[in-house]
Amino acid sequence: MSKNTETAKKESVNYSHEFLKGLLKENPTLVGLLGMCPTLAVTTMAENGIGMGLATTFVLVCSNLVISLLKNVIPKAVRLPCFIVIIAGFVTFVSFILKGFLPSLYDALGLYLALITVNCIILGRAEAFASKNGPVASVLDGLGMGLGFTAALFIMGAVREIMGLGTILGFEIPLFHSMTIFILPAGGFFTLGIIIALVNKIANKKPPQELGCHGCPNAKNCSGACAQSKEGGEN
Amino acid sequence: MPELLAILLSAMITDNFVLSKFMGICPFLGVSKKFDSAIGMGIAVIFVMVCSTLATWPFYTFILVPLGLEYLNNIGFILIIALFVQLIEIMLKKLVPPLYKALGVFLPLITTNCAVLGVCTLNINIGLTLTESLINSLGAGIGFTIALVVFSGVRGRIEHSDIPETFKGVPSTLIAAAIVSMSFLGFSGMI
Repeated sequence: MSKNTETAKKESVNYSHEFLKGLLKENPTLVGLLGMCPTLAVTTMAENGIGMGLATTFVLVCSNLVISLLKNVIPKAVRLPCFIVIIAGFVTFVSFILKGFLPSLYDALGLYLALITVNCIILGRAEAFASKNGPVASVLDGLGMGLGFTAALFIMGAVREIMGLGTILGFEIPLFHSMTIFILPAGGFFTLGIIIALVNKIANKKPPQELGCHGCPNAKNCSGACAQSKEGGEN
Repeated sequence: MPELLAILLSAMITDNFVLSKFMGICPFLGVSKKFDSAIGMGIAVIFVMVCSTLATWPFYTFILVPLGLEYLNNIGFILIIALFVQLIEIMLKKLVPPLYKALGVFLPLITTNCAVLGVCTLNINIGLTLTESLINSLGAGIGFTIALVVFSGVRGRIEHSDIPETFKGVPSTLIAAAIVSMSFLGFSGMI
């Protein structure tokens, strides 16, 4: 009896860990440096950041659930195309829902909604986590990572909206002079650079030296292509 | 003809995929350390963009639209791109070994490059014809290469400069990207 409660306790601890790690410690955007394209592109306003984050979270949770359920059915050799098709299916689903119920957000996100398909956070979690763990843990992992991504997008969006438009979630901030550069592409790169530097300073760790596939924590899982290119790059 | 030139130039410079549309940021920051790899990656992207446009545009227009399945474009396009990348890799390996040696390592990375899926979807969304789509993809690819090559030069300089500890690595790279992006802002309104 006591053994049972012990295992149950252990599992619940693990579950909360799976959920919480994505929020801060392994935040996919600010620590993992994944999914840079939507982070930079849609965060001209805090509202769009939240919308994009939640859409991605939904796709991530659903694809993690389906992939963890199908992990024994999908043959190893063709797993990446299978994952991509599952993800693309959910992205289509989300874009239908947004088009129907939130047309203004649908227009604001535009092309980037379709590009959730190739967001490396989703494929990375599918490969690194969902294809190795059970459905409950995978859903919690997806939820944590997705909400961590949403939080990062909201911070980016809030900073850029306050600095660039002088508003926050659409409400005007009195006596504030906005600088348009922050909602332009250049401001996106700048804000993200400053935020990552700040996170490094707070976390008191050495800043990541590499970005993109080279620095990507999922590089080894990502069909080995990245590891290969690293060798090629160094030669 | 003038319209085609306008499409080409705007895709290359004013609407640069990397610096103003934020597509393909991962390779932009990851593969831009050296001039050679920047050029290699750029050419591979141009190649895949044009080829996959050549495949996705007819696929959408002649298969999905008549069947009323337009909503399947996302799934269809990503599969076509993955297939094409694989196909190009095999073909280059067999037919043009020197080119394969130069580009081979970059090809698998391109499947999940959002610029490729982005340009294919964009061509359909703004309703370009096949010729215009091809020109747009070519321009987008060249623009991507320009951004990568310019940025590899900038990064070469950063490596030898004295940067505060907190900003070393990714933050300084992103801020340099901001400055490069700002300089491309100067081209806006040109076309």
